[in-house]
Amino acid sequence: MAESFASLALVPKATEPLTAKQFKTDQEVRWCPGCGDYAILAAVQAFLPELGVKRENIAIISGIGCSSRFPYYVDTYGMHSIHGRAPAIATGLSTTRPDMSVWVVTGDGDALSIGGNHLIHAMRRNVNLKILLFNNRIYGLTKGQYSPTSEEGKITKSTPYGSLDHPFNPVSVALGVECTFVARTIDSDRKHLTETLRAAAAHEGTAIVEILQNCDIFNDGAWAPLKDPQQRDEYLIRLEHGQPMLLGSNRAVFREPEGPMYVAEITPENEADIVIHDAHTDDPSTAFRLSRLSDPVVLSNTPIGVFRDVQRPVFDRQMAEQIDEVTRKLGPGEFDRLLRSADTWEIK
Amino acid sequence: MSKQVVTLDQVIIRFAGDSGDGMQLTGDQFTAETAAYGNDLSTMPDYPAEIRAPQGTLHGVSSFQLHFADHEVLTPGDSPNVLVAMNPAALKANIGLMAPGALLILNSDEFTKRNLEKVGYWANPLEDGSLSKFDVHAIALTSQTVDALKEFELTRKEAERSKNMYALGLLSWLYSRPTDSARQFLQKKFAKKPEVLAANLAALEAGWSFGETTEIFSVHYEIKPSSPKPGTYRYITGNIATAYGLIAASVKSGLPLFLGSYPITPATDILHELAKHKNFGVRTFQAEDEIAGIGSAIGAAYGGMLAVTTTSGPGIALKSEAIGLAVALELPVIIIDVQRGGPSTGLPTKTEQADLLQVMFGRNGESPVPIVAAQSPADCFNAAVEAARIAVKYRTPVFLLTDGALANGAEPWLLPKLEELPGIDPDFLLEPNHEIDGVQVLWPFKRDPETLARPWIRPGTPGLEHRIGGIEKADGTGNISYEANNHDLMVRLRAAKVAGIAREVPNMFIDDPTGDAELLVLGWGSTYGPIGAACEVLRKEGVKVAQGHLRLLNPFPADTEQVLKRYKQVLIPEMNLGQLSLLIRGKYLVDAMSLTKVAGQPFKSTEIIDAIKGVISNG
Ligand code: SF4
Repeated sequence: MAESFASLALVPKATEPLTAKQFKTDQEVRWCPGCGDYAILAAVQAFLPELGVKRENIAIISGIGCSSRFPYYVDTYGMHSIHGRAPAIATGLSTTRPDMSVWVVTGDGDALSIGGNHLIHAMRRNVNLKILLFNNRIYGLTKGQYSPTSEEGKITKSTPYGSLDHPFNPVSVALGVECTFVARTIDSDRKHLTETLRAAAAHEGTAIVEILQNCDIFNDGAWAPLKDPQQRDEYLIRLEHGQPMLLGSNRAVFREPEGPMYVAEITPENEADIVIHDAHTDDPSTAFRLSRLSDPVVLSNTPIGVFRDVQRPVFDRQMAEQIDEVTRKLGPGEFDRLLRSADTWEIK
Repeated sequence: MSKQVVTLDQVIIRFAGDSGDGMQLTGDQFTAETAAYGNDLSTMPDYPAEIRAPQGTLHGVSSFQLHFADHEVLTPGDSPNVLVAMNPAALKANIGLMAPGALLILNSDEFTKRNLEKVGYWANPLEDGSLSKFDVHAIALTSQTVDALKEFELTRKEAERSKNMYALGLLSWLYSRPTDSARQFLQKKFAKKPEVLAANLAALEAGWSFGETTEIFSVHYEIKPSSPKPGTYRYITGNIATAYGLIAASVKSGLPLFLGSYPITPATDILHELAKHKNFGVRTFQAEDEIAGIGSAIGAAYGGMLAVTTTSGPGIALKSEAIGLAVALELPVIIIDVQRGGPSTGLPTKTEQADLLQVMFGRNGESPVPIVAAQSPADCFNAAVEAARIAVKYRTPVFLLTDGALANGAEPWLLPKLEELPGIDPDFLLEPNHEIDGVQVLWPFKRDPETLARPWIRPGTPGLEHRIGGIEKADGTGNISYEANNHDLMVRLRAAKVAGIAREVPNMFIDDPTGDAELLVLGWGSTYGPIGAACEVLRKEGVKVAQGHLRLLNPFPADTEQVLKRYKQVLIPEMNLGQLSLLIRGKYLVDAMSLTKVAGQPFKSTEIIDAIKGVISNG
């Protein structure tokens, strides 16, 4: 068992180490064969014991979509709710139950389209939720329509002549609302995925992890260059706090003074100017620039890892503290006194 | 020399002015004095939707009506006997409501040519004889106030602001009200502004003395205290009573209260009130939208809280899908709809009862939800406790319907005793509840054989990890099931669970003093008052009529059919186009008649009296 996570300070600890197997349910997993969701499920089940908390003190809340079937397959408490609303429901649970580790599993349509409002407000408030956003750039459950992360001109059943919408970049959205932890990882990179889950779990407050996920039925190969062992190193920037941001054999991230970031060949002249990744800086604008580096179509210069990880008061804690503070000041509520808080009169 | 005192049995006063004139406050203070004096009373504010409507215009008029008497008062009253109008707009907006012979106290300072023309008075009604059927007293309230305050270091504008207190002083004298509570109120309100406090107290005093000394009023009045049940009373509005009911349910059940809510007129005061009482462990969450309001409440209910969301009609429309989820999850959530005029934005500050069918049927699929409706401002307290009790006992979302008139209306309230309220037992499941081949397992949808309620299982309970969701569940195990017969069974079980509540709720309220009336006037919600008042008047005239009232609208009380069939005729007055009547006709095949009104105002008892007379004469 790893040392306990600060974010889980109020969650009861498991008395003995748990195993991945204990997090499997008896329900038959019903994603399409080859779906990226399987790898994510296996990684999460293998990771959860690391939290070191009791199984009954974990809850997974999902919305609607392929990814949202997730809770049925993990033997914790769980709710498969309605389209887009998981962050709102999870907020109600998390703010009332500090003894629970609350996870949200959602997809690009669920979180960014129908549920966009709840997602941004959960992140803005910094509710103690760990949000796993499976991004496959397509609507899978409704059988293949473009999603808010699909590239422009996407040919789907609902857009036979190409989609007109400009896509969201989920990381940019999260940084735009000052989410305190924002990361990106890939379904098939088990090691990176697990490391990212670990960092998210350790974070106090909202942590959102965009997981690039393959839908092999309706959008196969959407992330191919980032997953293919032959090419991926030319496409990926692996973010590590305090480390220079490198890519491929001889390229790196640079920044114009107070201007945008760009990728260039490393030369003896510019070597000293390579940008060092700082995930802990308060100002989200550097991380935001970083999120704009990647090309939404060809996927070049795609950073993965933790973009931002900063401390800010956690909404749930603040809510509990306010109750304590008011109770200290006013004394515990007495019902009879409440009734008599306005002028009263006696009838004999 | 003291003036002659005339005793009256009841008075209806309407205070009206510009929304900036402080007439709601004047009305509130006069009401507090009246309550303290021991009269039974009922009040109704009537204010514009705009926060600061243009000055002196008709739609900027803010009014407050108070009905008080030496006997039981059921409504804020039909036609006021007294109007205090601070400007021509206030006169014009209200004169149509006044009873002939009513006393009009008009602030003559404001009856200038410009102000008159602004509201379309081309001649001055104080001079043109158009008010001849009223008892008109034109008094220079503004300048008399300024005069009375000339010793204070105030600008004219500042001094003018106290004219509402001057009016309050005058009215207090006129109706022999003690002014102690108004003084206390001012002392609290202006504790940090001694100059303003002194000026307001002086204005109050001056208004009183003016009444006593002026020759305009030859008499003043007295209304003896009524003799209600002994005990301690306070004055309460429907929204505050609702908030207190929720806190009471939280204390009774031991469940911390969670409110997820988005601001909306006229429900927001419940959020405001609950937000003050964090020392009761109350969590109020101002959500990003209506859907998050109920979403967070569902999350809190799942976590084992007493979960509530408050809204008005448009918010219910937005919450509908999530209410369906709560039906499917079978979790207790209290959904409060403070009804207002619709459709769409409609009339945010006016009252209506037109959401009954929305809450009854406004969801996809067969989605039964119990409905409790409050019948008076103070009754919102009991109705909230009852809604919570049903929600927890039956693990179901429950609607509590109130409306704009109940929410902002007020009446004296005999303080309840916590120990006399019904018990609310969350009865969380703590261990597996089913046995298969000698092994103890959890069946999250195994039902209580009597109530058909499923267990409530708090996350964090060891050994009971399970998943729930909006997809149809297999009876018992709660696993996903698309099986046709199982769905048929589950739909019927959910319906039977809600229908079964009728077994344990009181019978329908019936008031039929002679027991042989042939006409039943059936109401629900806030029509209780006007129907009751109408029946009382008619009975004094020798007309036999029964009043019936439904507090629970889904399911209907067990004896509903039996009661309906006892009467030859049934009349249903409603502030909609006949929604309860549709349900009653459809369910019981009773040829009920409908009396409908959607004018943003409660029924006047005279309107109901006329309808009853019409029905009876057509026999
Ligand atoms: S449709 Fe796509 S995302 Fe959904 S289960 Fe199949 S492969 Fe996975």
